Amino acid sequence: MNYTRTEKNILALSCMAAIFLMGARTVHAMHIMEGYLPLAHCVGWDAVCLPFLAAGLIRIRKILNRSRRILILLAMSGAFVFVISSLKIPSVTGSCSHMTGTGLAAILFGPLVTSVLAVIVLVFQALLLAHGGLTTLGANTFSMGIIGPVLTWLLYLAGRKLKVNRKASVFLAAALGDLLTYCVTSLQLAAAYPDPVGGMASSAVRFLGVFAPTQLPLAVVEGLLTVLIVIGMEQFAEPELREISFLEAK
Amino acid sequence: MKKNSITVPVLIVLAVLIIFVPLFLQKGASFEGSDGAGSEMVSEMTGGGYEPWFEPVLERMIGGELPGEVETLFFCIQTGIGVGVIAYCFGYLAARKKYSGGKEPRVNAESGSLS
Repeated sequence: MNYTRTEKNILALSCMAAIFLMGARTVHAMHIMEGYLPLAHCVGWDAVCLPFLAAGLIRIRKILNRSRRILILLAMSGAFVFVISSLKIPSVTGSCSHMTGTGLAAILFGPLVTSVLAVIVLVFQALLLAHGGLTTLGANTFSMGIIGPVLTWLLYLAGRKLKVNRKASVFLAAALGDLLTYCVTSLQLAAAYPDPVGGMASSAVRFLGVFAPTQLPLAVVEGLLTVLIVIGMEQFAEPELREISFLEAK
Repeated sequence: MKKNSITVPVLIVLAVLIIFVPLFLQKGASFEGSDGAGSEMVSEMTGGGYEPWFEPVLERMIGGELPGEVETLFFCIQTGIGVGVIAYCFGYLAARKKYSGGKEPRVNAESGSLS
């Protein structure tokens, strides 16, 4: 069997796509559910997200005005969020959760652009899947589209500064960003439902106890998948990656 | 670049293992979504059943919960859209690389680095 390297890569990618599809499952998983946050909290989180979204939209326009070619990277980052956040993955704790997929966009474009991509996916899920919700859109955007990606972005930049291996920094950044997303979700719920006895802190510990162990292996998977797609992009989209300064200009 | 032909399969196998091993470790577990556990916690904290104050729009329109099978459909659509776009883009990029004879496609002179 003689395959060229390109053919081998295409085969590997089709396997990846196949695995993604097989992973699709049918249970409710994370995101704060519709109607589960008090109105004041909903409006508050919406308000926090608005400037990020506005800045993100402006930034996307700027990037595309400068070079249409970057659109393909942007489309792939958005599609990555679509795929990854649609897969419910079983975890060692015996319950299911799903990943965020926002790590890739955060590493390539930074958190502002990522927040826009995340909100598109969250609206899709809130409207069609009754997963997450319109009232909790702000809170979910904040955890999945802003705070997680900010950490991912900072970790990746730090990794580059410290000259850590690129794949290792992508892995760590994406995995920890995913984990932080769910920690923030726990804190948001804790803020809305402080423990009658121990207050917000004890409530936060209890929510974290539910979410964090489930999410830990998934965060690792998210890190692995993000590294995989970055490898694919480095292989085939070199000129575009140079344009957004992900790879050093020649 | 050569190392990737080892790294890629290893990463895929690792991811698959992490995803599917729990199924065999936790025999008979229901694998409910962890937000189910979340809502139980909420009703525990508030002492009694918590009534969400807003229903999902779609559930209100169809007057009940979204049937499981239909929910699968929507999730598959979401996955399908994503996989479709990624596969198309990789196909485009791979073909470009293949047929440009290894040369770099031209880069616009004025579109230097973005940051």
